[in-house]
Amino acid sequence: MTEMSAAQSRPARASLLGSHAFVAALPFLVLLIVGLTLPLFAGGYWGVIATRACVYWVLVTGLNLMVGFAGQLAIGWVALLTLGAYTTSALAAGNVLPPLHPYLALAVAGAVGAVFGLIVGLPALRLRTFYFAITTLGFATIVTQIALAWASVTGGGVGVPGPIFPPPFDSQWGFYYFCFGLAAICTWMTANIAASRFGRALTAVRDAEVAAEASGISKPALLVTVFLFSGAVAAIAGGLFASLQSYITPDAFTIDLSVLFFIGVLIGGRGSILGPLLGTILLTVLPEFAAPLVAWSTFLYAVLLLVIVLAIPGGIADLLDFKNRRPLESNRAVIPRPDLLARLLGRDRDPGALTLEGVALSFGGVRAIDGLDLEIRPGQVHGLIGPNGSGKTTTLNVISGYYAPQRGTARLNGTELPALVRHTRARHRIARTFQTPRLVGEASVLENVMIGGTIDGNGTFVESLLSLPRHRRDEAKLRETAMLALATVGLESLAAVRADRLQHSELRFVEIARALMLRPAFLLLDEPAAGLSAEEIRRLGALLVAIAQTGTGVLLVEHHADLIFDICHHVTVLNLGKMLAAGTPAEIRSHREVVNAYLGG
Amino acid sequence: MVESIVLSGVAIGCIYALIGIAYNVMFSASRVFSFTAGTLGMLGGILGSLFILRMGMPIWFGFILALAGGALLGVVTEIVAVRPVLKSLDQHLYVLSTLALALIVQQYTAIEWSTEPQPFPRIFDVARGGFDQQLWLPMVACAITIVGLEVLYRHTLLGHAFLAIAEDNYAARALGLPERNLRMASYALAGAIGALAGFAGGQMLLAFFANAPLLTFYGFVPVALGGMGNNRGAVVAGLILGLFQQAANFLVGGIFASVAVFTVFIIVLLARPDGLAGASVGRRV
Repeated sequence: MTEMSAAQSRPARASLLGSHAFVAALPFLVLLIVGLTLPLFAGGYWGVIATRACVYWVLVTGLNLMVGFAGQLAIGWVALLTLGAYTTSALAAGNVLPPLHPYLALAVAGAVGAVFGLIVGLPALRLRTFYFAITTLGFATIVTQIALAWASVTGGGVGVPGPIFPPPFDSQWGFYYFCFGLAAICTWMTANIAASRFGRALTAVRDAEVAAEASGISKPALLVTVFLFSGAVAAIAGGLFASLQSYITPDAFTIDLSVLFFIGVLIGGRGSILGPLLGTILLTVLPEFAAPLVAWSTFLYAVLLLVIVLAIPGGIADLLDFKNRRPLESNRAVIPRPDLLARLLGRDRDPGALTLEGVALSFGGVRAIDGLDLEIRPGQVHGLIGPNGSGKTTTLNVISGYYAPQRGTARLNGTELPALVRHTRARHRIARTFQTPRLVGEASVLENVMIGGTIDGNGTFVESLLSLPRHRRDEAKLRETAMLALATVGLESLAAVRADRLQHSELRFVEIARALMLRPAFLLLDEPAAGLSAEEIRRLGALLVAIAQTGTGVLLVEHHADLIFDICHHVTVLNLGKMLAAGTPAEIRSHREVVNAYLGG
Repeated sequence: MVESIVLSGVAIGCIYALIGIAYNVMFSASRVFSFTAGTLGMLGGILGSLFILRMGMPIWFGFILALAGGALLGVVTEIVAVRPVLKSLDQHLYVLSTLALALIVQQYTAIEWSTEPQPFPRIFDVARGGFDQQLWLPMVACAITIVGLEVLYRHTLLGHAFLAIAEDNYAARALGLPERNLRMASYALAGAIGALAGFAGGQMLLAFFANAPLLTFYGFVPVALGGMGNNRGAVVAGLILGLFQQAANFLVGGIFASVAVFTVFIIVLLARPDGLAGASVGRRV
C-alpha cells in the first residue's frame, strides 16, 4: 500500500521539483533580460551605475562564497580589488614589463589575485574569527600603503590610468556588456557551486564543523579552493574597476568599499545567491537616489549593517523564502522503513572488526578513559552504557579521531586509525551522530542529508563550477540516495523543509539518514534516543536492528536501559573510564555490581 | 638617535597597550572582542581637543569629560552591539555589530569634526625638552592604568565580581551577581581606558578620525600576542610592538615599517595562535 502511494506520488513530485526550479530561476531571468535591454531605456549615466554594479557583483560572487557560505569574515577583501586594479593597470600600461594586451593583463591579474586570495585567506584555517577579520583588515591597509609607496609601478599618489579594452568593448555600453557578461558568468558559476556538494560542504563547515569532518569534508582543502576562486574574481573585478574609473589612485580603495561589499552579502542573507545579488544592486544604486547624502553614505551603510545584524540576520533571502513560512503539519510522525535499507546500504560489506586496545586518555588530572578494550563486530549492535562522566562519549570521540589517546590505539581490521585526522574516518566508512544534533539549520533537510554523501562525489570543484556532466551525475546520484535515506528513516515528506523548523526527535533521524549516506561499515550513535517518545524509541530500535542486519556494526551510547537490553548483541558497562562489565544483555542484567550501581535492584 | 627611537617606541607602545587593555576588559566581561576599541582611542583625542581647545574648558574638566565620553561609548557598545548578539555567540555576529558601531561613530566624527588631523592641547605648561610630555604622558597613563586595575581586581569587591564574571559567567550568575550590570560597568571601564589612551597620546597622534582603524589594528596586536584577557601580556607585547615599529620606521621608512609590522604579526600569530604566552584550550564535541 505504502509502496503504491509512493510510486504514484513520484511523477507529481518530479513536476513539483521542476516548477520549484523554474520559480528559483525566474528572478535571475528577469535580471538577465533587464540587464541585456538596459541601453534601450536607460540613459548613459545609468549605464555607468549599472556597469559599476556589475563590477562589484563580480567581486561579491566570490566574497559570497567566503562569507555567506563558508562563514569566514574576510572584512578587508577590498585588498584583492586593489591588487587586481593595479596589476591590470600596471601591466597594460607597461610599467613593469612591455605593455600587455588588456585581456592578458586582466587574466594575469586573476592569477595573481588567486594566489593572494590564498595568502590572505590562509590564516582563517588557524585563527579565531575576530583575529582573521582583523588580519584581512590589516592586509587591506597594507596594500593601499604599498600602492602609495611603490610609485614607479603604481604611480604613487598621482595614480595610473586604467586599462582600455579594445573594440567593441571600448564604448560605454560596449564595456557595460563586457562587465555584464562576466557578472552573468560569475553568477552562473557560483550558483552551480551553491547547488553542488562543495556549496553544501561550505555551509556544513560554517554551521556544523564537527559534523562536516565526520562526513569526510576536509575544511582546509575546501577553503583553499574557495580562497583561490574568490581571490581571482575579486582581482578581475579590480581590473574592470580600474577601466571603469579610467584612472586609479590609492584613495579609490577605501575600507568603505570593503564594508559595502560585505554588507551586500549580509543584506542578501547567508547561503543565498539571489539575496546578495539584490543587495549589491541596491547598495550601488541607493546613493544615486540620495545625492544630498553622499557624504553620509558610509555612515548609512554602517547603520544598515547594524540593523541587519540585529533585526534581520537572515537578510533578503530570508524575507523572500515564502515556502518555508507555510505551517508544517503538526501531528506528523516519523515512521522508518527498514525494508529500504537493503537498497540503500547493499549487503556486501565485511570490514573486519573495529577495536580499541588499552586506550587511556585524561584531561588535565581527570582520567576520562583508563585502559579500555573494546571490539565492535560487523552486523552487531554493541551497547555502551554507564553513568554520566564514565567516558562513553569520549570513547566515541577517540574512535572518530577527535581526541588523541595518550596510550593505546583504535584499529579497523587490524590497521591503526590515526588520531586527529577526523575527516579520514568517513573514507573508512565510519559514520556517527552527535549528542546534540549538528545540522545546517538554514539548509533543507534533503541538503543536510546530502552532506553525508559528500565524499562519494567524483567531480572536481571546477567541474561543478562549470556544471559539467560528471557534476550533474554526482548531483543526481546524491539526491536520489538522500531521498532513499530519508524514506528509510521516515522523513521523506519533510525533504524540502528547512532543517531548523523540525522537531528535536526528527533532527535525530535526520542525523541518522545523513550517517547512512556513507553506507557505513560502522555507525556510532551518541544517545540517539534522548528526547524521543517511547513510541519513537521503539521505532528507532527496530531501525537500528535492521541496520545491523545489513552488516553494519553499530555502537550505541545510551541511557535508556530498555532500548539497550532490547536490541544489543553485546553490552559494555563503563564506570570512571574503566570497563565495569561486558557481556550479553542477559549477563549484564544479572551482574550484581551493575544492578547495584544504576539499574536499581 | 637610539634614545629617541626607544622613547617614542615605548610611548607609542603604551598607547597600543592601553587599547589592548580596553579590548581585554571588554573581552573578560563578555567573551567578545569589539571593533570599537580603536574608536575609543580616537574619541579620547578628539573629545580632548574639542573640550579644551575648541570649547575652552579647563584641562582637568576636559579630561574628565573625555573619559566620560569614552565610558559612554563603552556602555552604548554593550547595549547596542554586544548584548543583543550574546546569545548566539557561535554565529560571530558581534564581529559585524561592533564593526558597524565603530564605523558609525568614526564616520559621524569625520563629518561633524573634521577629516583633517586637528591639534591637541599641551597638558602641562612646561618648556619642550628631549623627554617631552607627549612621550611621558602615555607612559604615565599606562602605568596608572595597570596599577589601578591590579588594585581594582585584587582588593575591591567590584574587582572580585569582575573576575568572577570573567572566570565563569554561569556560576557567577548562579551566585546572584548582577551579571548584566557588571558587564556594563566593565564596558564603561574599558571605554574610559580607551579614551585615556587617546587623550594621553593626543599630542602624538593628534585629534584625527582615522586614528580609529589604526588603533583598532595596532591595539589588537598586543592582545593577540600577549594572550586574550592577559593585561600584563598586552603591556609587554605593546611595548615590543612600539619599539619594533619605531625601529622599522627609522630603518626602512614609514610605509615599509607598517608592512614589516604586519608581516611579523601574521607570522608570529600563525606560529602561536594563542599568543606568545598563551596555551591552547581543548575543544569539546
